[in-house]
Amino acid sequence: MFYRENGQFKTTYQSDQQIFAIPQDRWAILAIIAFAFIGIPLLVDEYLFRAILIPFLILSLAALGVNILVGYCGQITLGAGASMAVGAYAAYNFLIRVDGMPALAAILLGGIVAAAAGIVFGAPSLRVRGLYLAVATLAAQFFWDWAFLRIKWFTNNASSGSVSVADINLLGWTISSPTDKYLFCLGILVVFSLAAKNLVRGAIGRQWMAIRDMDVAATVIGIRPMYAKLSAFAVSSFYLGVAGALWGFVHLGSWEPAAFSIDRSFQLLFMVIIGGMGAIAGSFFGAAFIVVLPIFLNQMLALVGGWFGVEVSIALVSHIEIMVFGALIVFFLIVEPHGIARLWSTGREKLRLWPFPH
Amino acid sequence: MNLRKLAIAASVSAIGLSAALVSPAATAAEEQFFPVLAYRTGAYAPNGAPWANGFVDYMKLANVRGGVNGVKMIWEECETAYATDRGVECYERLKAKHGGATAVQPLSTGITFALTEKAPVDKIPVITAGYGRSESQNGAVFGWNFPLVGTYWSGADVLVQHIAKKEGGFDKLKGKKIALVYHDSPYGKEPIALLQERGKMHGFDVSLLPVAHPGVEQKATWLQIRQNKPDYVFLWGWGVMNSTAIKEAQATGYPREKMYGVWWSGAEPDVKDVGEGAKGYSALAMQHGAEPNSKVIKEVLASLHAKGQGTGPKEEVGQVLYMRGLISAMVQTEAVRVAQGRYGKGKRITGEQMRWGLENLNLDQKTLDALGFAGVMRPVHTTCIDHMGSGFARIHTWDGKKWNFSSDWYEADQKVLRPMVMLASAKYASEKKITPRTPEDCKK
Amino acid sequence: MAFFIETLLGGLMSGMLYSLVALGFVLIYKASGVFNFAQGAMVLFAALSMARFSEWIPEWLGMDNLFMANLLAIVVSALVMLAVAWLIEYLVLRHLVNQEGATLLMATLGIGYFLDGVGQTIFGSDIYKIDVGMPKEPVMMLESVFEGGILINKEDFVAAFIAAMLVLALTIFFQKTATGRALRAVADDHQAAQSIGIPLGRIWVIVWCVAGLTALVAGIIWGSKLGAQFSLSTVALRALPVVILGGLTSVPGAILGGLIIGVGEKLSEVYLGPYVGGGIEIWFAYMLALVFLLFRPQGLFGEKIIDRV
Repeated sequence: MFYRENGQFKTTYQSDQQIFAIPQDRWAILAIIAFAFIGIPLLVDEYLFRAILIPFLILSLAALGVNILVGYCGQITLGAGASMAVGAYAAYNFLIRVDGMPALAAILLGGIVAAAAGIVFGAPSLRVRGLYLAVATLAAQFFWDWAFLRIKWFTNNASSGSVSVADINLLGWTISSPTDKYLFCLGILVVFSLAAKNLVRGAIGRQWMAIRDMDVAATVIGIRPMYAKLSAFAVSSFYLGVAGALWGFVHLGSWEPAAFSIDRSFQLLFMVIIGGMGAIAGSFFGAAFIVVLPIFLNQMLALVGGWFGVEVSIALVSHIEIMVFGALIVFFLIVEPHGIARLWSTGREKLRLWPFPH
Repeated sequence: MNLRKLAIAASVSAIGLSAALVSPAATAAEEQFFPVLAYRTGAYAPNGAPWANGFVDYMKLANVRGGVNGVKMIWEECETAYATDRGVECYERLKAKHGGATAVQPLSTGITFALTEKAPVDKIPVITAGYGRSESQNGAVFGWNFPLVGTYWSGADVLVQHIAKKEGGFDKLKGKKIALVYHDSPYGKEPIALLQERGKMHGFDVSLLPVAHPGVEQKATWLQIRQNKPDYVFLWGWGVMNSTAIKEAQATGYPREKMYGVWWSGAEPDVKDVGEGAKGYSALAMQHGAEPNSKVIKEVLASLHAKGQGTGPKEEVGQVLYMRGLISAMVQTEAVRVAQGRYGKGKRITGEQMRWGLENLNLDQKTLDALGFAGVMRPVHTTCIDHMGSGFARIHTWDGKKWNFSSDWYEADQKVLRPMVMLASAKYASEKKITPRTPEDCKK
Repeated sequence: MAFFIETLLGGLMSGMLYSLVALGFVLIYKASGVFNFAQGAMVLFAALSMARFSEWIPEWLGMDNLFMANLLAIVVSALVMLAVAWLIEYLVLRHLVNQEGATLLMATLGIGYFLDGVGQTIFGSDIYKIDVGMPKEPVMMLESVFEGGILINKEDFVAAFIAAMLVLALTIFFQKTATGRALRAVADDHQAAQSIGIPLGRIWVIVWCVAGLTALVAGIIWGSKLGAQFSLSTVALRALPVVILGGLTSVPGAILGGLIIGVGEKLSEVYLGPYVGGGIEIWFAYMLALVFLLFRPQGLFGEKIIDRV
């Protein structure tokens, strides 16, 4: 009933080509965005902002980037963390080496540098495919990990190899409180998600999907694999680079290469696969799942132990946490291999008919 | 999957989540809260667990002794697994509990870097006893960092002094080769600046051999050592990297007598499973070594472990890393005492007041003896500008079964350290646009 | 010259050890198309179980014989690994037949997390010793030929020998036994194998069990070398370039790939490392594999990929 689009007629091309063609979707999205901008800052305390919401927003952006590459273009990558690192360190260098560089511009430039690096390390995808490619992308991961540790120029000769930045100033707005940071990240995320949504339904997105579904067939119908694959690498790395810069500038403030280690790459791939490959919304579901679940389990287990009057040691808690985390991932993959986004679309399908399913 | 079941499961867990996140903040006035960021899992667990046990045991002991002027210590552990983002989450989770954290100790250089940004905003001192960034000794710039009792620069300086003494004077170091085998992270890189500075002063050559996390692959490193035949090897490792390094030294026949570790490379878990093979290997003792016979350890055993209230296994009590946790806790409870002296005895103090306590810490030998730390450590005296308080260290050597002291006390040379600290902290101040505190600011 | 030979030998030895882990990957991928990222966790689990049982069994039985204790521990650990392997197959992968490669990969990562957690809960997260009597002190050889002689690490030598024996045993198993032939048939074509009456489910269980036992051998050797500790699970990351260089489906590829990667990374670290600041061996191994892949996208011995629209 709620999703029934019977009776909605599109009379102009414009209305047919909207991002969200169904009014219910449009209103729901607008409501969510409005709530995120206005409601959440009023409701939420500092812990939720700093420990959950800000990481969630930034990692959603990163997952969006990975999803473009893995979900839409079908190129599995394990080097996502490296792209984030390139973005973060490039943005840092722009900020300190160019006088008067606005932080936002530095972040975006960081994304562009990450895109360039992504093209270089994406080049093997023209020849190598599937799992072989996945492992090959690890070369990028380990290379950049090494480069930021070893090449002193990148870290402005810091003796320890870790760098730090001051609070961002955006046109007179100093972003220092958790609410400011949250709103800043949210703003960027909204713009980038809408851009992504548009990209994947445009010509380039269709090329990516054709390559994903079968690259030989796509070549036969006249899609240039080089252009399609490398553009996917570039766009994905751009998103990751911006996310990396935000992670460094906004979330951590001071970081070392280990912040973007191989674990981060795995984590991002998890988000995309659990959330749903080839679905923009999937990136958000996946990020929420992966960010919130370990923290939730960790606190929940101690609490449950408390109910039974046993003091559970933190070692046991975190062992159980990773066990449950691993088991849940496997469980999810078994019951819904296409991710949470697919669950959501099944749900929407049901809502369309509800309450009269026949 | 059955959608309805999933929806129910989701809503149940959402309720649980909100219950877990909004746990009641029971604030009792006479309790002093310490978050304990620890790691008892993952690659570095063998080294992280004894530290946390020692820390918690001293807190328990302080309560047995009647607290600080009646104020009880309370604490909560949070598992970071040595990962920066988990550490930040732990910090955010615990910082406001029980009326606010008194001080926080990250126990990881990476987490220290991240918290250095956050602590000044929340006004919570970051205590990094024996680790963290060396330039944070300068309290004028790093107002909230306390690398109490030792930094990596003071440690590396003492090591150089020790080998100079062994060789028979600093002039004998000319032309010597020292290889630094280090954990490839900010932690491992800390001593490089000082060693190079000292190398320039005395004409010895420092070669750098990084080992990637977690440090289980060192064959190429030790092949290089075999090729270059350095006169000394300094080991700046953590966790499994230490024991692997010693095993590789054994496998390539490098004499363990010429290997010196930092104080994080000189504890029982590092040599235990090498046993006899590590005989002769020496490491810095951050003042204390393994102190099973000290008075405070006997007290811990008698008043906690004998009653079944101890933390961790009994054999671990008094071991090197356990002692380090213990000392870290002791310094903090004493700082609470100092702060109470100014802000009201028997009252809970805030993080900001705690900072004053930490900056005016004056643990002389008499106080230490009274606390049961006779022979374990030397006096610590901090000021607003000097957040380290003491640059003393000793060397201890593994005899195949236990650690024994093999040197007298050394003190890091402030003439070498101070200019480096000032230079590095000035750079940090300009990057972060910080105005250093003046002596007048300190009196506030 | 002597040093070059030493480096070369060192590389070959580590190469053999990488192959040992790589074999686990290849066995499973060949038979079921699953890229098993949990292999590292299985190695860790096996090593922990070996280390702890060899400590516990003498306690339980009240005996004081290192050899018997080790023998019993190996038997018990082998049973444990068989159970683990069977459970993984039965509870997880059986339900994921015909899913995409990426999904399977993630599922094995999930299994890896689970195993890490279980292993540390049961066996503890300290560093434990596996003492199977491996020689630790080095010997010098050919001192008459080269000045200073060549240093041989006996432990590596024994380990490489065991690895070689294991490969030999696996080859015989695959080539000469009926089960081995069935396994190869499944690897070639699932449907064809099924249609001639080979029970797929059982074959997969067998493959997982063999991989579990391989993990045990790797765990004992690596654990005796490094101590049984959490970081052992990261050896899987060192074995990945080996697998893709050799080809995901080839046992000889895993061996040759291991040797190439082992030698390549040691030589690069020793001769190239000092010029760029050191620590290059990890990414160098991956780069080396990548360069090989550019010429042969399916690895050295991998099956040729044929595209049809």
